[in-house]
This record gives sequence, C-alpha cells and structure tokens, in this order.
Amino acid sequence: MKEISCKLLIIGAGPGGYVCAIRAGQLGVDTVIVEMAKPGGTCLNIGCIPSKALIHVANEFTYASAMAADRGHLGISVSNPKVDLAGSVAWKDGIVGRLTNGVAGLLKKAGVKIVAGRAVFRDGKTIAVKTETGDQIIHTENVVIATGSAPVEIPGLPFGKSVISSTEALSFSMVPEKLAVIGGGYIGLELGTAFAKLGAKVTVVEVLDRILPQYDAELTKPVARRLKDLGVDVMLSAKAKGLAASGDALLVETSDGKEARVETDKVLVTVGRKPVTEGWGREELVLDMDGRFIRIDEQCRTAMRGVYAIGDVTGEPMLAHRAMAQGEMVAEIVAGNNRIWDKRCIPAVCFTDPELVTVGLSPDEARAAGREVRIGQFPFSANGRAMTLGGESGFVRVVARTDNHLVLGIQAVGSGVSELSTAFSLAIEMGARLEDIAGTMHAHPTQGEGFQEAALSALGHALHN
Amino acid sequence: MGEHTIKLPDVGEGVAEAELVEWHVEVGDQVREDMVLAAVMTDKTTVEIPSPVDGEVAWLGAEIGDTVAVGSPLIRLKTASDDVQEAPAEAAQRNNPPTAPARNVKVVPEDTRSSEPATKHDEQGAAKGEAALRPPVSSKGASRPSANGAPRAAGEKPVASPAIRLRARESGIDLKQVAGTGPAGRITHEDLNAFLSVGQSTSAPMLARETSVSDIKVVGLRRRISEKMALAKSRIPHITYVEEVDIEALEDLRNALNQAKAGNRPKLTLLPFLMRAIVNAIAKQPGFNAVYDDEAGIIHQHGGVHIGIATQTPPGLMVPVVHHAEARDIWSCATELARVTEAARDGTATREDLSGSTITITSLGAMGGIVTTPVINHPEVAIIGVNKIMVRPVWNGTQFLPRKMMNLSSSFDHRVIDGWDAAVFVQRLKTLLENPAMIFVED
Repeated sequence: MKEISCKLLIIGAGPGGYVCAIRAGQLGVDTVIVEMAKPGGTCLNIGCIPSKALIHVANEFTYASAMAADRGHLGISVSNPKVDLAGSVAWKDGIVGRLTNGVAGLLKKAGVKIVAGRAVFRDGKTIAVKTETGDQIIHTENVVIATGSAPVEIPGLPFGKSVISSTEALSFSMVPEKLAVIGGGYIGLELGTAFAKLGAKVTVVEVLDRILPQYDAELTKPVARRLKDLGVDVMLSAKAKGLAASGDALLVETSDGKEARVETDKVLVTVGRKPVTEGWGREELVLDMDGRFIRIDEQCRTAMRGVYAIGDVTGEPMLAHRAMAQGEMVAEIVAGNNRIWDKRCIPAVCFTDPELVTVGLSPDEARAAGREVRIGQFPFSANGRAMTLGGESGFVRVVARTDNHLVLGIQAVGSGVSELSTAFSLAIEMGARLEDIAGTMHAHPTQGEGFQEAALSALGHALHN
Repeated sequence: MGEHTIKLPDVGEGVAEAELVEWHVEVGDQVREDMVLAAVMTDKTTVEIPSPVDGEVAWLGAEIGDTVAVGSPLIRLKTASDDVQEAPAEAAQRNNPPTAPARNVKVVPEDTRSSEPATKHDEQGAAKGEAALRPPVSSKGASRPSANGAPRAAGEKPVASPAIRLRARESGIDLKQVAGTGPAGRITHEDLNAFLSVGQSTSAPMLARETSVSDIKVVGLRRRISEKMALAKSRIPHITYVEEVDIEALEDLRNALNQAKAGNRPKLTLLPFLMRAIVNAIAKQPGFNAVYDDEAGIIHQHGGVHIGIATQTPPGLMVPVVHHAEARDIWSCATELARVTEAARDGTATREDLSGSTITITSLGAMGGIVTTPVINHPEVAIIGVNKIMVRPVWNGTQFLPRKMMNLSSSFDHRVIDGWDAAVFVQRLKTLLENPAMIFVED
C-alpha cells in the first residue's frame, strides 16, 4: 500500500473540485484531487456542456427544417435536411473530450496531482483511494468534499432499459420516435425541447400545475407557448405511475384522476438531483447535515475542522458556477487568505426555447422581503436585433428598490438571453442603481439594449416602448 | 367672541412659582371645561391645570421648562361669550387652608410623566425652527447615523462592489461599519480609505465613530434634582466619615424576629433598626436632627425625628419621609418605610409624604458598594449611608473569623457639626447596631 501526504485533498473533479484544485495549485498549496471518472464532473461529461451541444444541434436542425418548409421567410432554400444523431453525439463527445483534457491539462499546469479512483474516508485526515494499481492512502491537512449530485429516481420507475436519466439521453444513437419526459423542470424541458426539434414526439408529465414552477408564470409563458408550437404535449398536475406491462407506454394519472397511456419508446426521468452523500465514507466522519445536504458555514467549512464541502453536495441551487466560486474561495482560505461567501447573487439560466435568465430577486421575492419595488420591463418585440434574429418573444425585466433605485433582481426570457446574464450579475454585484444601467451606453443593435430600456422603463421614461 | 385668561393659580403652601412641565393643548385647540390644559411642577408635586370654561386656545404664556410666577397669565382662551374675564383663581384660593390644594387644580403626585414632556418638547422645539440651528438628530427608527453618508437599516447588506468587499475582507473590516457615500449608499474605495485611515489612527478598525449628539432638556424632577444637588454641594462643606459595623448580632435578631413575627407584621429589613438606632443616637446628640437656615443663621433643631429615605423611582431620585420615627416602634417604622417608598415609586406619594425630613438615610441595598460619599439633603445637616453587607475576615485577637460586615458612609455639614462629633455619632450608631439589644433598652 502506497502512502502520500498533501496539504489539500479534493474529492471529485467536477467544476467545484477542479477549480478549487487549480486555484490551490496557483497559490502554491500542495494539492491532490481524486476523481473516479473523467475530470469535469457532471457538468462537462453528462450535464451542462453536452446538453448545450445537443440543444445547438437541435436548433440548427430546426432552422434548416424551417427553411426547407419555407417557414422562415429568410429567402434561403434548403431541401430535406436530415439529422444523424450518432454524428451529432460524436461532435458533442469531441467537445467534451477537448474540455476534459483541457481540465486535466490545467490541473497539471497548476501542479496538482490527479489520482484516479474512488476515494473513501478512513478518518477526517486520511483517505483511501482504490486505484487501478491498488490502494493509495493519502494523508492530508485539509479535505474538500466535492462529490456532486446524481439524478433522482422515482418509485415505480427505476432507471434501466427504457427508463433513463439525462446521462443516457445525451448519448442516444438515434432520435427516439416517442419520448416521455417526467418532470417539467429545466433539465426535462431543455432535453425534451431538443428532442422535439429533432423529430421526436415528446410528452412532458409534470406533477405541478405549470412548467418551470420555480420561476414566475409571466417569465415561463413564452416557453410554454413555444412547447405548444413544437407539438410537445404538456400534461400538468399529472403523475407518472409506471410502465405499462407491454413496456411501450407510460401510465399517467391525469389531473382529473383518470389513467392515461402515453405511448413512448423512452421515459426520461428528470425530477431533480440528489447530493452524493454516500459511497465515500461519510460514516467515518462527524458531519452535520442540513436535510439531505452537508451543512456548511459561510466559508464552506463543515462541522469538522479541516473538512470543507462545496458544490451540489452542500445544497441548492445546484449550479456549476456556484460550485466553482465556492471552490475558488476554499482554495484561497486553505492558502491562508481571509475569505467569506459574500456573493450578492447566483445567476440561473434555463436553455429552454426561449432561454430564461434570473439574477437576484423576482418582483414577488422582493415584495416578500418587505421591499417596495419599482419594476421595468421591455419586450424583445420592440428590439431591432431580436427581430433580425427571428426571435421576438420574451422580455427583460428589472426589479429595483423604490427608495434608492438599487437593482435587486433582473429576469429575462428570450432567444439567446443566457449571454445577458453576465451583465445582469455584474449590475447586482456592483450595486448598480437603475440610473447606472440607464446611463450606460448599450451597443446597438443588440438584445442587450433591452436591459437598458427596462431600466429606463422602471425610471418612467423608456425610449422605445 | 370673548376672551378668558387663565393665570397660574396658587398651587398651595406658599409656593410663589412653579415650573411648566407639560402642555396638553396647542394654540388653536378646542377645549372643554375641566379638560386638562397644562401641568406645572412645584418643589414636590405636579399640578394639573384644568380649563374653567369651553373655548379655543388663543395663546400660551410659557414654554416648557419656564418658571412661572403664581398669578401670571398662562393661557388665553377664545370663548363664545362676549365677556373678557380673568380667571379668579387667586381670590378663590386665598380662602383655602394653606395645605389644601387649590379649588380649580388637581394635585397629582410626581410620576413618570415628568420624563415624557422633556422628549416631547425636544421634538416640538426642533420642529419650531431650532432645526435650522442644530444638525438634525435622528429621533426614532432602527437606523444609526453613520460617521458620514446615509444610515443603513439594521440587517441590511452594505452595497459595495466585489473588489471593495475583498479589500475590506483582507483589511479585516466589516463593511457594515463603513458608511457609503455613493449612489444608494454604495461604499466606494474612498469610503474605505477614509475608514481605514481613521481606524489605523485609533487602532480600533472594527469600531465606527459615533458623532451624533442628543439634546435632552432638563425639566421637571430632573431639574429639581439637579438644582438641589448643586445647592447641597456648593453650600455645604461635607465631611464624610466611614466606619465598618459587625452586624452578625443584628442579622441574627432580624432573622429571629422575621421568623417569629405575627402574620400582619411587615418583614423587617435592616433599615428600621438603623432608623431606631438613629433615634437613639439623636437623643444623645440632638444637633444632628436639624435643618440649617444658613441665610438667617439659624439651626432649626427638631424634636421629632423625620427620616428621609432616598428612593430611586422611575423618573429619578426622590426622598419620601417617615415622620416621627421617635414615636414609632420597629414594626411601625418598617410599615411606614414600606408605605412611603412604595408610594414614591408608584407615584401616589402625597406632598406630605415628600416633605419635612430632618435627617436622611441613603441605601443602595445589595448594590451598595464598599463606600459612598452621600450628598446631604439640603438644608439638613446629616445623611447616613448604608453600604453592602459582606462576609469579611475579622481578626478577633487570636484568629480570623468570617463576620457579616457592613460599612456606614455618612456625611455631615461641617459648618455646624465638628468632625469629632460626627465620629462620636457614627460610633454610637456602630455600638447600637453591633449590640442591637441596646436599641430597645431605655437608659
């Protein structure tokens, strides 16, 4: 048995873990990162990146199909476009490969030692890693638990055969003819929309009475409309009961209590993700839990000295950029810097069609927090750039305090608005007032002008609406 | 339309002036007969002035805190009748016995109200134009004025960019302490620089400078206390004498009496014993039971022992009086002590309860400390202060014994009481308290 020692050991090389490792390496901390699969975690391998690749494929195919059907009015003729999903997946895998190799390279460049294998705690300072070449014992002063999360199964529909998680959906060799998606959250809708665009007959089964229930209804309305246009059946207040005996249909209890059969080839279950808190020796530690998550403080410290936790294993929102920011912070703390989690906002993006961005507080959340707010909204139907892109649905909305115009939240729905999230987050982190946004020139013609116009609208003098 | 002038009535016992402590009405208010218009304060009590007629307030003759002479016009009311009359307050009162309250005034004991008008006045004063002269002082609300910049509500996160937050973190500064001068109270690099430079010079970077000043007008009881204390300390050359007393025997006796007492008898504290001891000591040294009129050059030596009890009440220090302690046994002293101090605390003490003392006891009870330097209750000549009872080691000639010990800190008017006599008086008290049977034995 080989034994090594280090100052910082990170379990899991997802976006939280690898960022933590790179930053620690930059700061001269003797760092080891343990990963049982490829570096990059869910995000790079089976999450954010591959799904976005697939969504891009689906969008391109939709444009081509629209041109072929002469629905785009762009004056371009295209005949009979076809999708070869195996080719698309190969392209996607190429991107994933480049990124995961890139992460490995970055870790190496930062002087981080990568150990491949499954890590299990022996105690708070000792980890055993089962590697291909035998057990490796690592003694460390500090540990970061960055084990991430995994898809949740639902009773009666365990993963296997035709019941799949997002992981399998991202590696189809061909587009299923019929696809049932259980769960109308962002993962289900992103993938469901993509497969609908690629030609599948998609049915979404959502237990609540609307899709994307964590966002306000005004924001999700354009998404619901687009799903309808794409021919996606959305069953609301409906409960998936199980597979029919024949295996080719999903049994659903509908909102009126009746049982419906949804013919389908595959059942994609996207009802949420759970933190990975088992399988790495948590029982050897004395960690306080916060529900299903590991409890952390404002420095990502757990109940044990020298044991940190970051990312999905520490709670909502389970987003890669939150994990990365936590990882960076922990690396700096371990290197002896004084750091604390003092982010003002965590942006969230849904790559649905149209896309959705929320940063900070929604109008209702701001009011619930006891704020008097003024709200400005600007529709993309009045934005020149949105017209030239053929995506006019949606709007930008700004929520600000009535008394001093400090911006509390920004939401947008519209084609390509994910890229606006950077401006939104920056505005809130910098403590912008409506006047700051209104007084900043926004390049014309861009969709970003909608942000400036929304701020002007909140101030009562929108120019183009 | 007629006019009705209300003058400050004779508020009793030869009082020539009173301090206006509260207005219940403003110019323009409609008032009904018997409605309370104002409150004035004399030496001991607060007197409410009711309206004798219906009318509208046309003029107020004094500001809160002003001293108004009896008979001066206080309020003018516009009345429905055509007469112009002056309230016949003085004439009516002259016929009353001096101690009885005037007919058209209600005597109310001093109570917590005296602190309220002071703040009310402050706000009114600021509203009337003093605001232009002084920086505004935030009177209410959760916000604390920062050194500069806008105040931030409690619990609100300071607005600052990530770079500033990082700099503050690395400098060990809590941004909550830093005032933001930028838009929406945003903290700028300059704000942080300013905070850092102040912090370094005072070597307390985590503490914010608080520069606000609250002006509190000294009125009512507080003004009375202030004047009396200043008078006592400026006129009377105090001599303070401290002696320790072994009170084991007294405590044993007190506990025994409390255990054996009949149901309707009061629980005995130490003070009734001290009161009786003072009565005994005064019998030997009557010069200590006196009031000294230094202007007339006369010491009024009293036969009756009227013991003032310095009492903390919600609005401030008051001295209710146990009259004729020489004619009271220990139980009666205890009962009367409890009654007058309670009355002073809950604001029901009468004028009688609050005047006429010839010597005073001051006790801070369990908080009594080791030594105090009591201020004589002018124009008396002696005040006896009780300090805390503590078990102390006492050398009895062969060994240290744990004994319950208590200090007496007493002050005397050195103009009329020599140090020697003061010491003899206190030593006599010590002897009596250490041998409590002597308190009860005639000699």
